[in-house]
Amino acid sequence: MTSTSTAPVGAAPVAAPPGAPVRVVVPPGGIRADLRGIKVVWQRELIRFWRDKLRIVTSLVQPLIFLFVLGGGLSRLASGGTQGVDLRTFMYPGALAMAVLFTAMFSAASVVWDREYGFLREMLVAPVRRGAIVLGKCLGGATVAAFQGLLVMALAPLVHVPYSAVLVLEVLALQLLLAFMITAFGVMCAARITQMQAFMALMQMLVMPLLFLSGALFPLSGLPRWLEVLNRLDPLTYAVNPIRSAVFDRIDLTTAARAALLPGITWFGWHVPIAVQVVVVIGCSLAMLSVAIMEFRSA
Amino acid sequence: MSDLAVEVRGLVKRYGDVEAVRGIDLDVSARETFGFLGPNGAGKSTTISMLCTLVTPDDGTARVAGHDVVAQRNDVRRNIGLVFQEPTLDGYLTAEQNLRFHAELYGVPKALVPARMQLVLEMVGLWERRGSLVSTYSGGMKRRLEIARGLLHAPRVLFLDEPTVGLDPQTRASIWSYIETLKQQEDITIFLTTHYMDEAEHCDRIAIIDQGRIIALDTPEALKASVGKDRVQLQVDDAGAAIEALGERFGLEATIAEGHVTVAVSGGEAFVPRLFAELGVPIRGVSVARPSLDDVFMSYTGTTIRDAEAGRQDPMLAMMRGRR
Repeated sequence: MTSTSTAPVGAAPVAAPPGAPVRVVVPPGGIRADLRGIKVVWQRELIRFWRDKLRIVTSLVQPLIFLFVLGGGLSRLASGGTQGVDLRTFMYPGALAMAVLFTAMFSAASVVWDREYGFLREMLVAPVRRGAIVLGKCLGGATVAAFQGLLVMALAPLVHVPYSAVLVLEVLALQLLLAFMITAFGVMCAARITQMQAFMALMQMLVMPLLFLSGALFPLSGLPRWLEVLNRLDPLTYAVNPIRSAVFDRIDLTTAARAALLPGITWFGWHVPIAVQVVVVIGCSLAMLSVAIMEFRSA
Repeated sequence: MSDLAVEVRGLVKRYGDVEAVRGIDLDVSARETFGFLGPNGAGKSTTISMLCTLVTPDDGTARVAGHDVVAQRNDVRRNIGLVFQEPTLDGYLTAEQNLRFHAELYGVPKALVPARMQLVLEMVGLWERRGSLVSTYSGGMKRRLEIARGLLHAPRVLFLDEPTVGLDPQTRASIWSYIETLKQQEDITIFLTTHYMDEAEHCDRIAIIDQGRIIALDTPEALKASVGKDRVQLQVDDAGAAIEALGERFGLEATIAEGHVTVAVSGGEAFVPRLFAELGVPIRGVSVARPSLDDVFMSYTGTTIRDAEAGRQDPMLAMMRGRR
């Protein structure tokens, strides 16, 4: 085969134009490439979140409505059942979880968005493992959602919860975990969905029931049997309960109130320690992350 | 290692019952600009997707930049740049942020990024607009930015899948001038697909692909020479008489194309004086055109690209219909 030269006919070989950089050598893959991939996808998530100020505001609306409108409105009805505790105080940990929930879901939705607008392709053809891209996405979603959670955290005094650095850190850590789990869940669902409407509909269908079942808005004591079973199967339960426990540790509660409002989680009569609950959340997150990665590998 | 940029042997891809690519062999040397020409649905995009590691071939082998597209996927990806038909930019980021994202994803050494970024953005004339959100860009600007991004990590092979499709003629021309600059400034092999005949002429060599097979492969000049005949068009007042006279005096079969009497003749220029001397029908004007790649496509397939597209379904569509 005759090779055809691209040099212009009759011209000397083209000299490197001034300012042309030396040859770029793209390094081979490996752990460093993957870390880079994770970092850059994570960073993009943050840049996009920050640029979309409207989203920051709108994601706050839902938890605030639940907390102050629903909580405020229902507080007189519920006063008998809350053992003298303000219903808003009771619902506050639920609102902390909600803020995270919706933001994390939106982050996961951006996978569908990226697919629709083609950007997903740019990421999938890069010399970086798919797992790194998915992990970066989930970490990004977790970060922005936890930030959103912090904003709700700032409202603590309005619902009679005193600030403390330890409380903020504890809750932040739990919110990060919760947010990571939700983003992984969302990305897992988004892997096969090509249309935004379909994804949003699916999320509506799944997220609200998961939220309600988790006990974010009602105490877990004295539930009907079927509701109790569903509650224990809902992974959100194991994130919401530790958040509530952390908040309730900081307020004065009578023993009776504590028993009624924070009965803890039992498995067949066994009291599940908070540490185990956290392990459940981590386990679910990793399982969903793995499924998401597998789906993207074959995509 | 050979200095072949692309080396393809017996490549096959099936979608259900439809064979989109039916055994392609191909060599592209380093620094060549190679064009894949054919109607929509001929298998161009499927082939390019296999070369870019996005689609796994069902049979055959392909090596790009010296690496196997199946076994050494990541090595291939490091060494290629891609510009797809559909946009793949993040509209919520600025041009600069899109490029930074890409540079980091590909691991371009940090120290080289600013100079490299300036070089590629200046090449496509977007340096001044680097701070604007991509969503504010026009279609042509986006395509230019995609080309810049594809070049950012200095790939050894740049794949351009229909780089000018859907763009206005002016933007098409400017994109071609970037590609020409690129050929001179960078040590790069360009592999592009197009279904515009006039664009294929920018290539060093062209493969004409139809129904999943390569039916001709050569330089544009050689392909056109193989057709041999020039196209002579006459402006006359009495087209019927002219066609009749062309048949009687010269034994040529004339047709009316684009409103003019048209004949295919070898050595068109030499034919013109005879035409005036012997035709016997008043002629108001004559034009002689060298055979175009359109004529080449027609001579190999018996149909024009446009007709081929109108008469055939996309294999993907055909597959989906077959499933129903």
